[in-house]
Amino acid sequence: MTPEAMAVALSIAVAVAAGLTGCFAVMRRMSLAADALSHVALPGIGIALALGIHPVFGAAAMLFFGTLLIWTLERKTRIATETIIGVVFSAALAAGSLMSSGEDLVDALLGGAGALGLGEMVFGLVATVGVVVFVLAKKESLILALVSPEIARTSGINVDRLDLLYLETFALTVALGLRYVGVLLMGSLIIIPAATAKRLTTTLSGMLAASVVVAVLATVAGTALASLLHRPTGPLIICVASLCFLLSLLRRPV
Amino acid sequence: MEPALEVEDLTVTFGRFSVFKGLTFRVARGSSLAVIGPNGAGKTVLFKALVGSIPFQGRIRWAQGTRIGYVPQKIDIDRDLPITGRDVLQAKKAVTHAADDVGAALQLVGLDGEIGEKPIGALSGGQFQRLLLTVALVGRPDVLLLDEPTASVDEPGQEKLNELVRRVQQERGLTVLLISHDLSVVYQHATNVLCLGRQQTCFGPPRTILTPELLEQVYGSPMRFHLHDA
Repeated sequence: MTPEAMAVALSIAVAVAAGLTGCFAVMRRMSLAADALSHVALPGIGIALALGIHPVFGAAAMLFFGTLLIWTLERKTRIATETIIGVVFSAALAAGSLMSSGEDLVDALLGGAGALGLGEMVFGLVATVGVVVFVLAKKESLILALVSPEIARTSGINVDRLDLLYLETFALTVALGLRYVGVLLMGSLIIIPAATAKRLTTTLSGMLAASVVVAVLATVAGTALASLLHRPTGPLIICVASLCFLLSLLRRPV
Repeated sequence: MEPALEVEDLTVTFGRFSVFKGLTFRVARGSSLAVIGPNGAGKTVLFKALVGSIPFQGRIRWAQGTRIGYVPQKIDIDRDLPITGRDVLQAKKAVTHAADDVGAALQLVGLDGEIGEKPIGALSGGQFQRLLLTVALVGRPDVLLLDEPTASVDEPGQEKLNELVRRVQQERGLTVLLISHDLSVVYQHATNVLCLGRQQTCFGPPRTILTPELLEQVYGSPMRFHLHDA
């Protein structure tokens, strides 16, 4: 397999993970919070570049700890998740901007091409499988927690732990997509396909399937358009996803 | 016989505000406890404390191996959520590793056919409450916690739901804890009543608790209730 083919295969795998993770973000009404959460990666990218290690590992580490911080603050202070994410996100964006140089910053914000190393490929595949397995294995628990935390708790689910695991899965999905769509837009690749699917389906399995299809379609079409038009990949992927959402508006809600 | 639930000196506080203090009561197996009181007295908070959703002081002891079915008061979800009644039942079945037949469960509460395939946001108030009751019953619970299950249901629907709860309780020997504003139902069917008032709390059988004087103390204004024919 050529490096280019490997990169495309990995981007499709990431799209599958993004489509699945996004369904629960949209249903939990955390679309904006989820989008902001993706920006927490920025200081990690800055630190990784300064230390000469691959940015994706810095981003993943920062997202992991940022998410843990948000979850802990929410539990300890009982402040709304949106408020905490808003504060952590702004702080991360400010710190990240200070740590990155101009060109690095643009690549980090909007995604940039570049050779796919073996380490990144292995991390990408393992993490993608982890995200997909988590969402599919825990979808029933996530549904019960969404309908009512008390129903979930009395069914034997540790709701706090499930929340943390879901947020970390979301953060991992963000880290996976950073090289393709960048910090600014990765949240959108998670949210827009799921928001589109929500308008088109009436069952959980239907939403999960439709969201994956839209995310993969946007990734493949966006990547093809980027190479055809010699433009950055990330913005084109999100443009295609947004177009799918706009088209879904033409259909009456089901 | 070991009681289904023992509560001792239970206190719940939010910041400096104490919702209730020093609650002590017991619930015998197979009995019905009705929790009454004005809005804001902490009835839902009590249920949340009982299932460990919120921090509390004091002691809550369920009988060993108790399985709880919970029917929440209201659910804050999008009306266009693409989740059907069948999806929720399947989820509860999978999580609790229950052997229940989802189709039969839907039929039991009259939600068979197309209704079970509709998104839950499209169900009427009565249909939705019957679905929640069915979800609570999946996994064969020993105890049902019902938080105002008939609050958003019309009168014929209320009677149907109450009848359904009683039938299931008798058939399965369940212990039922019920938050209700319908004092006539409480009077007729509760074994004991726990009242959470603004000034005081009380616990005992309906005949000793549901007196005009005590109800006025609990609710802060005179309360009357009509006793339906049994």
